[in-house]
Amino acid sequence: MNVHEFQAKSLFAQFGVPVPHGKEITSPDAATAWANELNTPVFVVKAQIHAGGRGKAGGVKITKDKGAVAGFVKELIGKTLVTHQTGPKGRTVYRLLMEEGANIAKELYLSILVDRDTGWPTFIASTEGGMEIEEVAAHTPEKIIKEAIDPAVGFQGHNGRNVAFALGLQNIEPAVINPFVKLLDSLYRLFMEKNAALVEINPLIITKEKTLVALDGKVSFDDNGLFKHEDVQKMRDLNEEEPLEIEATASNLNYVKLDGNIGCMVNGAGLAMATMDVIKLAGSEPANFLDVGGGATKDTVAAGFRILLKDPNVKGIFINIFGGIVRCERIAHGVIEAAKEVKIAVPLVVRLQGTNAEEGRKLLAESGLKLEVANDLWEAAQKIVKLTGKAA
Amino acid sequence: MSILVNKNTRVVVQGITGKEGSFHATQCKAYGTKVVAGVTPGKAGQEVEGIPVFNTVADAVKKTECDTSLIFVPPPFCADAILEAADAGIKLVICITEGIPVNDMVKVKRALRGRDVRLIGPNCPGVITVDEAKIGIMPGFIHKKGIVGVVSRSGTLTYEAVHQLSTLGLGETTCVGIGGDPVNGTGFVDVLPLFEKDPETQVIVMIGEIGGDAEEKAAEFIKKHVKKPVVSFIAGITAPPGRRMGHAGAIISGGKGTATEKMKALEAAGVRVVKNPAEIGNAVKKALGR
Repeated sequence: MNVHEFQAKSLFAQFGVPVPHGKEITSPDAATAWANELNTPVFVVKAQIHAGGRGKAGGVKITKDKGAVAGFVKELIGKTLVTHQTGPKGRTVYRLLMEEGANIAKELYLSILVDRDTGWPTFIASTEGGMEIEEVAAHTPEKIIKEAIDPAVGFQGHNGRNVAFALGLQNIEPAVINPFVKLLDSLYRLFMEKNAALVEINPLIITKEKTLVALDGKVSFDDNGLFKHEDVQKMRDLNEEEPLEIEATASNLNYVKLDGNIGCMVNGAGLAMATMDVIKLAGSEPANFLDVGGGATKDTVAAGFRILLKDPNVKGIFINIFGGIVRCERIAHGVIEAAKEVKIAVPLVVRLQGTNAEEGRKLLAESGLKLEVANDLWEAAQKIVKLTGKAA
Repeated sequence: MSILVNKNTRVVVQGITGKEGSFHATQCKAYGTKVVAGVTPGKAGQEVEGIPVFNTVADAVKKTECDTSLIFVPPPFCADAILEAADAGIKLVICITEGIPVNDMVKVKRALRGRDVRLIGPNCPGVITVDEAKIGIMPGFIHKKGIVGVVSRSGTLTYEAVHQLSTLGLGETTCVGIGGDPVNGTGFVDVLPLFEKDPETQVIVMIGEIGGDAEEKAAEFIKKHVKKPVVSFIAGITAPPGRRMGHAGAIISGGKGTATEKMKALEAAGVRVVKNPAEIGNAVKKALGR
């Protein structure tokens, strides 16, 4: 789960990471009131969407004029921002962060995540703050500093000093070395205690006043750890999520919307991905990833149909079930029952394999439903692509 | 011969009185696995299908000499359950549970380091040595005794591959599900040398997916140490970056972990990479020159 910058910064503050004085703003009046309260020569108004590249898309406004902030709020709220991370449709702005400006002397990059290779939480730092870290890693890998933290003992001072001296803080601004080490300690605690998947500060700035400030902030959370944190769950912003994905989650389905036109319904995540791949190989594009899980029933199949059919791009549906513990004849019953409840006007191919597949296929063939039954994965993929026509 | 588990493996099922635990303990036993004990704290003295239940894994080890644990405990308590098994002297821990927080697994993996215990999973279908022991949730009947060792990050996709191998008459030796989580106990590089050494295994099928660099690491290992033919499929060539595809570990992040990169690395290591998951069985046949 991702959160907004203002939410990330409130967590930073909670764990002792210095952030600019700021507040979430949703109306021009609130902006003016907050501007009067903020004792600062420069005001910054930042659009809050779950995507980077806001500055270039016009989502960040900076002004010295207290009277201008209300106008910026009017301009930004409701605006659609298109950045390199939003896709061509962009994201609508509903919330803003308004904060004090800062005197930047130097921009750094800092993040922490679990290195999948070692299984240890690892800091990534660079002197190239403000840039995309993937770009830095690709073009100047020597500028990427990594420091793994032993989870048995947690963050130690030397971990922080290793990063500080590798960045050359002794040459850039020695006064921030100790605060930097303390900041890393805070980030590590935030990362572990809140079950984060990624905490990123880009840029982390050294100010002309020789202090450190997290000028931007990004936190994403491990979905599996959310049950431990009610405060984090409350930060979820449904405006940032695909409506069909929200509906799927409510039905315990794992759904990711894609851009193709063959809807697919599969049991198991790996097989669901493989089904998408096989649709592409057969000459079309998948409309989605949908894992109905190990316990697919009439209700989950019906919920799956409803979600797939709400996507106007879907021109055909491919159900691919490998019955293991789940028996295929029960899936077949589920499809038949669900098809009675949900009107399916597009071609449907059902491929059943595994436990009681023969019985399942027989039930479907005798159901009178307008559908094609298949045994084999490749045969099924070719059938659905043929029925819906190849991708344009 | 086989790897990891065989007909002498003595299994304790942690979480045996739960819905999943009791169902699968019964299924494993019916396959012929020696399921000798179950554990649910506070339920000692009960039985599940004739399997005695104990309060602690230590009690189960003392009374039944079990050496392998199969875990169905819910995610919030799973790290504890894995460590309990290790502390009780269990040598192989197979964790089926899906949804364990990554940071819990970070601590578990660190705690198991250097100890004489292997963890398989979590979020995996388990391990089966055909006709000897089924320790997991896979449907036993699709497997046929044969010559192919299977190692995979996925569940139902593995069944798909196994089905093809069995239908073509090739059959399997042992199938190992290493799980779909970003931090797990056993990787491809841990299982590959076991298959390489196993005299019954003639071909290895490796099923990977997007996310992380386990397949790239496996490619490096295969190039240096694996003489047997390896056939591989990588799921997720159509997956968009930045989206978690069901499994917590199946995500392309920062442009890394794409299926294309993984396929390239494996091909460079001499692995026969199939693009079509329906062709896994046929590719194995070709690798054998049949």
